[in-house]
This record gives sequence, C-alpha cells and structure tokens, in this order.
Amino acid sequence: MPLDQSFVGRIYPPSEPYEVGREKIREFADAIGDPNPAFHSREAAQTLGYADVIAPPTFPIAITMKAARAIVADPALGLDYTKVVHGEQSFSYTRPVRAGDVLQVTASVESIRSAAGNDLLTTRAEVTTVDGEHVVTAFSTLVARGTAVQEPS
Amino acid sequence: MTVSLKDIEVGTELPSQTFQIERESMIRYAGASGDFNQIHWDEAFAVGVGLPNVIAHGMLTMAVAARIVTDWIGDPGAILDYGVRFTRPVVVEATAPTQLEVTGKVRAMDAEAATAVVDISASVNGETVLARARATVRLPRG
Repeated sequence: MPLDQSFVGRIYPPSEPYEVGREKIREFADAIGDPNPAFHSREAAQTLGYADVIAPPTFPIAITMKAARAIVADPALGLDYTKVVHGEQSFSYTRPVRAGDVLQVTASVESIRSAAGNDLLTTRAEVTTVDGEHVVTAFSTLVARGTAVQEPS
Repeated sequence: MTVSLKDIEVGTELPSQTFQIERESMIRYAGASGDFNQIHWDEAFAVGVGLPNVIAHGMLTMAVAARIVTDWIGDPGAILDYGVRFTRPVVVEATAPTQLEVTGKVRAMDAEAATAVVDISASVNGETVLARARATVRLPRG
C-alpha cells in the first residue's frame, strides 16, 4: 500500500522537554567507545569554549528517535513497521548539545517517495531549547521494503 | 590532536582507524540510546528474521565512524553537518569483534567560511557499510 502523500509537511506537537544530564552524555560516549575529553570532562569542554561537557554528534538521536517513531507508528500513514530499516541519517548543527540543555523536539514529515518498490519516508526533527534556540536538526530516512520483495526466511 | 585550515588541502587524507564492535557494544548502545530493537542483541530473533546474526545499530556504526573526524579536529563540537547512508548491515558474531575500518579525505574547503567537507569511508571485511558519509567541519584558520 502506498504511503499517504498528504502526510508530507505534517508537523507533530512538540515533545515533552528533555533535560540533558552530564552522566547521560558520559554513558552515551562510553557506549560508543569514545574517550574524547570534551564528552567526559567539564574542564576539557570549557577549554574548548563550552559551558559544560558536550554530547557526541549522534547523541541527538536518543532524543529524536521517540518523536520520529510517533510518526512512523501512525496507522493513518500506512507504513508497515515490520518491514522498516534505517536507510539514511543526517544532522545539521547550530551548536553541540551540552549538559544542562533542556530540549524539545518538533517532528514533521519531510518527504515520502517510492523507489524500486520500496517506500521511503524522511522525518525531520527540529531540536531546540525550551526557550526556542535552535540546536540541531535531524533527518531520518526509513525504508519500508516493498511487498513484492521476497522476505528472507 | 588539532588541525587547522592551513594544514590541509583538497585530497588530504585523515589518519585512518580501525574500531572494534562487539556484542557488548550493542548491549551498551541499546541502553544508552534507548534503541532496544531485538535484532541488535538477540541472536535467535535476528536469525529468525533472516539476518546472518545480530547486527550493530546503524546509529552505533555512524557514531563510531564520526571519530575519524572528531579525533582529527579535536573539538567534536566543530562538526556542522554529518550524514550517512546505511548500505549493508554490520554483522557481529559472538566469537570475535567486528573490525570497522574507517578512512577520511578532504573533499572540499571554504577558506572564507573556514570550513572543510570530509568524505568518510567505512567498511567491514572490505565491504562498504556506509555510503555518502560526509561531515562538514569548522576549522581554526591557524
């Protein structure tokens, strides 16, 4: 079933505020195995000009994924979530996420297209502080493998 | 390590690195990121949906590959833009870590804006796992 094109441009209500903790940043950096001092030491981050430890470049996904999932799971959109794989991901930063930020995500449907029997859905997640300062925009493209494609068994 | 605009030109190669991704990496990443999809940690489930074994989160691969750039520039907050396309699953066996080989090369420079664009290649056993992987960074003029 083709995805409902009328979803393009649809903007979802902003998420609940997410407070970025210093230990959460360290935990994330440890999980990706990255010892960069800017993620771990407040002093090191301050030497680089940041008020507190900053988060690794892909950290925003931990905040945006939930908002994007709300779109994907919307039954009216018609996406078969069991056939979805992550196709592409990008981030455009105004500044790095840092400890102490209180962030909000506003997700929208950026584009819907079909290619080679697959449906491609790109979501856009604007991450701002609760005061409205832009921090990063994340684009996620999900690929729903077409029903014509034989599923591996 | 830090690098400035005057140290580089189009075609400059970044120091290449090999990173290890093991089962524990995925368990830790699941916990830290909140992505608990079973294909990343449950071998029976992954095989049941037709995968050769559990696979690393695409976002874990993307995070690890970013280090080729952030280790090079020193300041990870100087990344202005970072994007990838996931082309092939990164399979992680129980017995040995998967080796992710990452290289980078300066694709373009903008002296006025003091930025550079880096093309990133990431492969496992010689097979590309990320395509169109690219980061734009702000560099000191030096």
